[in-house]
Amino acid sequence: MQQKIQIDKNGYYGQFGGAYIPEMLYPNVAQLQKEYLSIMEDPSFKKEFDFLLKDYVGRPSPLYLAERLSAQIGTEIYLKREDLNHTGAHKINNAIGQVLLAQRLGKKRIIAETGAGQHGVATATVCALKGLECIVYMGEVDIERQAPNVARMKMLGAKVIPAKSGSKTLKDATNEAIRDWINNPTDTHYVIGSVVGPHPYPDMVARFQSIISEEIRWQLKEKTGHELPTHVIACVGGGSNAAGTFYHFLNESTVELIAVEAAGLGIHSGHSAATTTLGTPGVLHGSKSIVMQTPDGQVVEPHSISAGLDYPGIGPLHAHLFASGRGRFLSATDDQALKAAFNLTRLEGIIPALESAHALSGLEQVDFPKGSRVVICLSGRGDKDMDTYMKHMADFE
Amino acid sequence: MSRIEQLFDKSKQASKKVLNVYCTAGYPELNSTLDVMEALESNGADLIELGMPYSDPLADGEVIQQSGAVALDNGMTISVLFDQLKDFRQKISVPVVLMGYMNPVLQYGFENFCKKAAEVGIDGLILPDLPPMEFEQEYSLILKKYTLDFIFLVTPETAPDRIEQLDRLSSGFLYAVSSSSTTGHDKDFSEVEKYLSRLQGYQLQNPVLVGFGIKDKASFDRTTKYTDGAIIGSAYIKALGGQKGKTAITTATQSFLDTVL
Repeated sequence: MQQKIQIDKNGYYGQFGGAYIPEMLYPNVAQLQKEYLSIMEDPSFKKEFDFLLKDYVGRPSPLYLAERLSAQIGTEIYLKREDLNHTGAHKINNAIGQVLLAQRLGKKRIIAETGAGQHGVATATVCALKGLECIVYMGEVDIERQAPNVARMKMLGAKVIPAKSGSKTLKDATNEAIRDWINNPTDTHYVIGSVVGPHPYPDMVARFQSIISEEIRWQLKEKTGHELPTHVIACVGGGSNAAGTFYHFLNESTVELIAVEAAGLGIHSGHSAATTTLGTPGVLHGSKSIVMQTPDGQVVEPHSISAGLDYPGIGPLHAHLFASGRGRFLSATDDQALKAAFNLTRLEGIIPALESAHALSGLEQVDFPKGSRVVICLSGRGDKDMDTYMKHMADFE
Repeated sequence: MSRIEQLFDKSKQASKKVLNVYCTAGYPELNSTLDVMEALESNGADLIELGMPYSDPLADGEVIQQSGAVALDNGMTISVLFDQLKDFRQKISVPVVLMGYMNPVLQYGFENFCKKAAEVGIDGLILPDLPPMEFEQEYSLILKKYTLDFIFLVTPETAPDRIEQLDRLSSGFLYAVSSSSTTGHDKDFSEVEKYLSRLQGYQLQNPVLVGFGIKDKASFDRTTKYTDGAIIGSAYIKALGGQKGKTAITTATQSFLDTVL
């Protein structure tokens, strides 16, 4: 029998996880470790969280049978429409959860890192709603390629601080946010946007995102009479939408969990973000996981056309799914993702985010047995990526 | 008795405060590591904290981040560093502790790293992102095997029982971070003094060195009233900035340490 997939009391999934943090962060992280579950289980918290997910975000997000896409692939494909959430992606689920939690911890100042800007926008949105100060760290490179989201964050009242160190992308924005937290230990909560970081973040973020698979189960039952899909597919950068999509299927052995990483210009091109193929066990941003690094242990600069997947690590849950064989890991190049994005747009009239386009590209790489019920997490909408799509439009005419 | 114990013994007898100076391996030039260390020893540093550069140094402010980035560009790696340190004990007698982050050490192999460090004559290790639980479970025996000291950090926010735990797990000395911050920030020293005097009230088994924000004689004297000494990092790295060649490094080191001692 397969080992149950769950986090242990020290914050490890198998050999991955933990809290590898400087002592300066310890009081904040220890407080979170001690209180996150009791706060999340508190009835008043649940009530407010559920209310906001329903009336503010617009949940449940539809589970949509994509008929023309299904016909093309030759099996039933359902899209979990996280792109229809307020702010345009799954990130809002976690941002609401963590900001409500921060309020209960008495924090007045919220910081966040962002890659594609979706998590930054989601956090800035909830901070506007709750009247909290919001500071978002974003790589200088990402500020340029995700301009619409930068404008949104500013309009929402957040301060966007460019991360100028290293590769000037998500990894460096995360470093800067962690340093901000070290320097502002008492009044600040750090809203991490993915299932990365020191324990309890990977578990906390996965729980906030688990609403995705919770809904998939009853929605699929309604539509097909079956609660379980045969395959669930999601893209993985840090891995928060994948964690939410997999969560309630982790211990359902008949459900194949498929993660699609960003292969950039090609897995071995030197310009890739396919962490499980290229990475080795290591410590990054406070947890032990799989990390893209040099033989000397320096973290390397990844590449993906998608800013949200441009990260040299992966959440410890996913590292464990990979190492234990419970998850199947695929990758899609920039070109494959673009092709999948245009394909979905023309077949279904849905423009996906570049991140989600990687998950869609996974469809072509799997042989689905007859009668498969496949659920793909369409984690975000493509509005923010229109510049990139327009640049490549001619290739798909 | 270890080199670090001897140092604190001697200092106590002479009622002298220990000056620990941080430098980054491979900075300002790849092969300046030993020149910098020699200059530090001959101009009054009692202990040297030698930083191993890392791509993602979470606890460091801009100055030390920059020095690390330069060192990595220069080609510094742990293997290169151990090569440079092969015969350093022929020239340098003060205790030397290596400071770095877990990931590069894990890639080198933790035990292999300790073995090599002990072989060349390193005295201890500071890894700010190695937590006490993992330390006790996986690493403390390895450090003991190679008789390397391991130094934990405490901050003004560290609770009393945790201070006691970190002190118990440490050997050599305990590193008191002056306030919760990254390295190289200016401090409100009246707050720092309150914290250090509180720390003085605990029955600690290790000597205490205070670091983060100590940059000159005034801040050194003020903070060491309550401790066994202090650590200077960013201010020295700044003073070293852009110097090339042994003479320039020695001159810069001398004039900097003249402002501290």
